[in-house]
Amino acid sequence: MKELSELNLPENLRYTDDHEWTSSEGGTMKIGVSDYAQDQMGDIVFVEMPEVGDNFDKGDEFGTLESVKAVSELFIPVGGEVIAVNEALEDGPELINKDPYANWIVEIKPSDPSEIDQLLTVEAYREILKG
Amino acid sequence: MTKIKTPGISGLILDEPLLWEKGKKGRRGMSIPVNDVPEAVLEETLQGQGPDFPDLSEVDVVRHYTRLSQWNFGVDTGMYPLGSCTMKYNPKINETMAATPEITSAHPMLDDEYSQGTLKIMYDLQHYLAAITGLPGVSLQPAAGAHGELTGMLIFAAYHKSHGSKRTKILIPDTAHGTNPASAALCGYKPVPVKSDSNGILNIQTVAELMDEECAGIMITNPNTLGLFETNIRKIADIVHSKGGLVYGDGANMNAVMGIIDAEKCGVDVMHLNLHKTFSTPHGGGGPGAGPVCVTEELTKFLPTPLAVKDGSSYRLKYDYPDSIGRVHGFHGNFGVLVRAYSYILSMGADNLKKVSQLAVLSAAYIKEQLKGTLPLAFNRPCMHECVFSDKLLHDDGVSTLDLAKRLIDNGYHPPTIYFPLVVPGAIMIEPTETECKEDIDQFIGVIKKIVQEAKENPELLHQAPTIAKVRRLDETKAARNPCLRG
Amino acid sequence: MRYLPHTDEEIKEMLEVVGRKSLDELFCSVPDDCRYEGDIPLPLPLNEWALKEHMSELADSMTVTPKFKILIGAGSNHHHIPATIGALISRSEFLTAYTPYQPEVAQGTLQGIFEYQTYTARLLGMDVANASIYDGASALAEALLMGLRIGRKKKTVAISTAIHPHYREVVKTYLEPTEYTLLELPFGEDGRTDLSGLKEIKGLAAVALQSPNFFGVIEDLETASSAIHDAGALAISCFTEPLAFGLLKNPGSCGIDICCGEGQSFGMTRSFGGPGLGMFGCKEKYTRNMPGRLVGETTDIDGKRGFVLTLATREQHIRREKATSNICSNQGICTLIATMYMSSLGGSGIRELAQLNYNKTEYFKSELIKKGADILFDSPTFNEFVVDFKHDFLPAYERLQEKGIIAGLDLGRFYPSFAGKYLFCATETAAKEDIDAVVKEVL
Repeated sequence: MKELSELNLPENLRYTDDHEWTSSEGGTMKIGVSDYAQDQMGDIVFVEMPEVGDNFDKGDEFGTLESVKAVSELFIPVGGEVIAVNEALEDGPELINKDPYANWIVEIKPSDPSEIDQLLTVEAYREILKG
Repeated sequence: MTKIKTPGISGLILDEPLLWEKGKKGRRGMSIPVNDVPEAVLEETLQGQGPDFPDLSEVDVVRHYTRLSQWNFGVDTGMYPLGSCTMKYNPKINETMAATPEITSAHPMLDDEYSQGTLKIMYDLQHYLAAITGLPGVSLQPAAGAHGELTGMLIFAAYHKSHGSKRTKILIPDTAHGTNPASAALCGYKPVPVKSDSNGILNIQTVAELMDEECAGIMITNPNTLGLFETNIRKIADIVHSKGGLVYGDGANMNAVMGIIDAEKCGVDVMHLNLHKTFSTPHGGGGPGAGPVCVTEELTKFLPTPLAVKDGSSYRLKYDYPDSIGRVHGFHGNFGVLVRAYSYILSMGADNLKKVSQLAVLSAAYIKEQLKGTLPLAFNRPCMHECVFSDKLLHDDGVSTLDLAKRLIDNGYHPPTIYFPLVVPGAIMIEPTETECKEDIDQFIGVIKKIVQEAKENPELLHQAPTIAKVRRLDETKAARNPCLRG
Repeated sequence: MRYLPHTDEEIKEMLEVVGRKSLDELFCSVPDDCRYEGDIPLPLPLNEWALKEHMSELADSMTVTPKFKILIGAGSNHHHIPATIGALISRSEFLTAYTPYQPEVAQGTLQGIFEYQTYTARLLGMDVANASIYDGASALAEALLMGLRIGRKKKTVAISTAIHPHYREVVKTYLEPTEYTLLELPFGEDGRTDLSGLKEIKGLAAVALQSPNFFGVIEDLETASSAIHDAGALAISCFTEPLAFGLLKNPGSCGIDICCGEGQSFGMTRSFGGPGLGMFGCKEKYTRNMPGRLVGETTDIDGKRGFVLTLATREQHIRREKATSNICSNQGICTLIATMYMSSLGGSGIRELAQLNYNKTEYFKSELIKKGADILFDSPTFNEFVVDFKHDFLPAYERLQEKGIIAGLDLGRFYPSFAGKYLFCATETAAKEDIDAVVKEVL
């Protein structure tokens, strides 16, 4: 597994303590998992995703990542409606291992944009990873 | 280093294709009686094509399965120290008894008067299991350990319902069996994990803090999955009872304590037994097993029906239990498995069953003592029928528990249970059982020491293992990413 | 005791190594208040020969001996079992192995289960089949729970009253402590399930039928599954006689989503009702909602084909309380028996045998009709059918028993309004003269 210094943690993203990343653009938000999360999971074999149109409150489970012998739940960092899911992951779950940032999982339209401000900056996330 | 002799040497392995990769249309592997009645025609809208099976000859089928069998490792092949699974020897006479023609041809739907022999087996076995556990009510229906757990949880739910309450949670220690949370969840109970203490057992105070009147009770595996006896069980049971809860005893590890503990005195209300572990019935590569449930007098009325009872000199099935949770199996459980356990208990008697537990514990304690300088013990406390090591030292050599396990295969052993229990990182859980003799145990200990030495000197041997089995390490990621579940 | 290899000398040596003076001292961690008092009250041990004698006495107390012809099915069917099966399953490499957690030394079990999954899927017309569930009854309960998982917010399931009564009891037991509602659907005068009320049921997740049903009646699964789908629910079908699919349209081709049932007919003895085999399959899109173990094909590091347990993230040891089931085993050796049986028959053999079973029952029915008996339902049947003799059949039942034939099961136990009506079964094991003997006794 990667050391903290080996992890790729882009500066321009916001993070959660469940090891997800978000990027906001034009009123929508893409959500994925961090390099740390994919590294911990190992080979990802399946991504369970919600359906477009599903609505979630902040903190709701919206999907799961599966490796051969583990399941990791995904929690929505900001409440909202799912406007797109990354269909490439259905047949290519390993894309998340290859590049966790290019391969977002869902795109949502946040219902309360002020929740975005509560997300972690890269520095704050790095602190959490330090333990 | 002295040369350690190991049973594992390479032999001739014959390849064998999948069934549908062989055969020729028109072959037949089984005789079919001639038609001695007029041909009838089913209406066409209901008729199908019939399944796409290859046609094989009898020799095709016999050779196929004989070759497949040679790719397997069983208890009859060699030592199978798989912790938590009690891979003891499966006596052959039990198979003969279960194959008694009067038993194999018995139909489960006939009136009791036609089935006195099979009903007597049920009645006696219910009593024997009650005597062994100390819990007087017994249902033989559950088909496996997890099925017994489910039955137990259904009894919990029925009990609370009869007291006018519906509880929502259940306490499950971190050293319990993996099936426990899923069994409880089926009955609507949310599992509340209970951490074991630094000695690897349950702490009275911890349970007292978590137990409340929303909790249906606790599920305790005793001895627990670390192979340790839960010494506080009686006091923990008192706490649970004082809050109106019940105590479930997962009896999967009963092989350690027959004739040693009395489940009722421990405060256990419901307990399942795994006949395929403690009572020597074969595991069959995954089943069928049997998981009878034993309960206190008070809970007997909730057991699945029917139960076998005796009126004077005859036996019958009694259905009249209005509080029963109902059936959990289509008929009487895995009856053929029950017959094997019945034969085992009759062959052993009380003294030998107690001796089984004593020798199972002695063998595990002996391995623990002989290996504790080679592998780090998870807990250095008196162990029961199994002992748990961690892979802490192996890590320094860049090898894992998995590598050690695979190297054992090349040496002719089935690996122990690995990565369980979850509370021990890289766990290696060894359960020798009472049926392994001392020379074989000594040889196994020698092989483990040899492998740990190899890990230091030539870790590649471990990373590459196994090399002489039918296949080498398999790509599980590929299997899960692109599932191919049929041909 | 021959299963306990330790000599007194060795016990002494081992006790010395572990630093204990006696075997009792090994249990120092067991508190006094938990101890078993005295000896377990069990009979004295029997040696192998005494045990055989004991079992032979029990066998003698069985009124119905193996020589009897039993013309009753009701979920436990009599079929011929080839000698090869007994010989092959006594290969102890199969019998004495555990669940195949170490695939390199369990390829026999794993390839065997992969073949079983394939045969089951092909037989039932399902995309996938699992490595089996305990029995037909618990398989149906699991299928309904699966339907409820897929249906998410839908909380009701409905089952036909023409399903085996014991299966319905097991379903009730499983669903009792849950939040779900279980409804029962009536059957019509033709013996087929009446689905006309489905549309009125709100929040319906799944509907289960049995075909051939408890009365032997072949349900019209094509019409049924479209009615069930129209009501927004999943269509589940179960069975107690899988041999029927040698002749009938398979459930998958009729639009069934989940199919399950009892596989005992495929090479397993009746053995007083178990062990049998819960066969279970579904459409591919529901694979991840399926309970039970699955074996998949893969390759080893040298590229050689091999098999492993897979999609384990659905199961209890990983997903804990969110698992698709608490089941942790399968019926192991019974899956191999079923595949040995199916492969011995082959595609052409299963067709021939199913047709032969059909012929026997049709002959039986027609001969009874000639004697003035009524067949209760006029829909097509397979292997089983219900007879209304219009007079007391019991005296004939008793006369037949004296001749070594047990024929007919009184349905009053299960359907009070059918008291005195009898469920009969004829398979390939019933010779024409056995059937004629029964008919002769009917007055």
